[in-house]
Amino acid sequence: MDDLFSSALFFPASDNSLLVQFGKSISVEAHSRVARLTDLVLADMPKGFLNVHPAYNSVLVSFDPSQTDHSSVEKVIRNIAGNNPSFPREERVVTIPTCYNSEFGPDLTDVARHCGLSEDEVIRTHTADDYLVYFLGFTPGFPYMGGMPTKLTTPRLGTPRRQVAAGSVAIGGSQTGIYSVDSPGGWRIIGRTPLMLFDANLDPPTLLRLGDHVRFKAISLAEFEKNSIGEQKL
Amino acid sequence: MLEPGFLTSIQDLGRFGYAHLGVSASGAADSFALRIGNLLVGNKEDAAGLEMTLTGGLYEFDEPCSVAITGSHFSPRLDSSEVPMWGAFNVAAGQRLKIGATQEGARCYLCVQGGFDLPLTLGSYSTHLMTSLGGCSGRALKKGDVLNVHSKAFALVETPSENFSSWYQRDVLSVTAGLQEDFFFKEEIKLFYSSSYEVSEDSNRMGLRLLGPQLKHLAGREIITEGAPLGAVQVPQSGKPIILFVEHQTTGGYPKIANIISADMHRVGQLRPRDVVKFRKVSLEEARAAFLDRERLVNSIRQ
Repeated sequence: MDDLFSSALFFPASDNSLLVQFGKSISVEAHSRVARLTDLVLADMPKGFLNVHPAYNSVLVSFDPSQTDHSSVEKVIRNIAGNNPSFPREERVVTIPTCYNSEFGPDLTDVARHCGLSEDEVIRTHTADDYLVYFLGFTPGFPYMGGMPTKLTTPRLGTPRRQVAAGSVAIGGSQTGIYSVDSPGGWRIIGRTPLMLFDANLDPPTLLRLGDHVRFKAISLAEFEKNSIGEQKL
Repeated sequence: MLEPGFLTSIQDLGRFGYAHLGVSASGAADSFALRIGNLLVGNKEDAAGLEMTLTGGLYEFDEPCSVAITGSHFSPRLDSSEVPMWGAFNVAAGQRLKIGATQEGARCYLCVQGGFDLPLTLGSYSTHLMTSLGGCSGRALKKGDVLNVHSKAFALVETPSENFSSWYQRDVLSVTAGLQEDFFFKEEIKLFYSSSYEVSEDSNRMGLRLLGPQLKHLAGREIITEGAPLGAVQVPQSGKPIILFVEHQTTGGYPKIANIISADMHRVGQLRPRDVVKFRKVSLEEARAAFLDRERLVNSIRQ
């Protein structure tokens, strides 16, 4: 048996879904198991499987109960791991050009004040290191990223905004994220990228994928506008 | 389309296989009604139909075709004559179909022979209204929209003798235990199953908010964000439960006390604001039996 599942627990989450859990905490090790299981299942979706929801330390599989059941899904998942020798994942670093200013980042000043830093220091800290995309979830193309320096930790807004523009780069507690579609949201917005994180007409429809490393790069307003036009041409 | 209803959108059975990218399935809120409607006009059960919410609308047909209306009773009339629910009927070119206000639950479905012909988005016709994906430009229909229909292929099905309204009791919903039931005090679990909850006005295809006794979590327990199943009853810090519905977010971090069974999801699609519901706990085996029971009915119409 592949050691992929040595620590896995299986729970029925509903009458048509099964949760596979790797440990009880967020870790890069749990993430690599989540990534591998997700890759294996998506590479050749087994009969009756409908959707795969990877998260920090778990994968939820939903299925069609007229075609399969919890114990069959568990068996299929254990077999997939056993029958497939491990293969290396392609490591990608995706650069996210971001314009950090007061127009696109209305909360930049508040974040700086809260963290006891200057706005430039916030930008330098936010762009310093790479972030790991643990998974995509919440809304189409939204990356759950880890690796934000703790000194940027800032609580969410007391009252969420009704509308946050797609591309907004934000901080919520100890996490950083990029709004992938226009949606309500309570994170502190510090900038915006001209890149589109979700476009249903593209294949794949998301800019990012699970396991990517994200690097933010500060750009000027002029560069943002140039990039936006480029995006529209696509 | 001459008059849109309150909220009318193109739906099929959902967009599957993209949850790992954050795209939830969407699809008909009452997939049981859509499937039966499609079968009645000779379509495959996953063809695209129109989902109408609370009020229907006025439709003019440029060409003759056969249609069926299923789900809740919206008092449909063809020109000046009443037409049946849950049975196929013919419409001549130039006739107008008026679908009124609901007499029962929240939604009804209009299926046309051939199914609506629109571009597929990620393999599905379904509209995901919250993210403007699929259907008719990702939005609800509006006055003046013209919908085309795939060429007709199959014969109509005779109107079944089944009393469909008997499948639509919606004051009690069956649930199985949620993944985090043990995050709640015993008395809170008891309170959840003994109380009545009112469906809030602030409910939509993404989720139904429930008003009633608030449920407290065990102190200091947080959950790591994980995949969210359709029909999960999650309880945020406010203590007010939310049923995750067809356009739900794919992952979430709130504890889930229960999960609506598959066989009852179509009833959730018929809940209206101010409806009052109670929850009844069943085992996974009972949930499966109820599901198979409903599938037997669908299969009997398919043949």
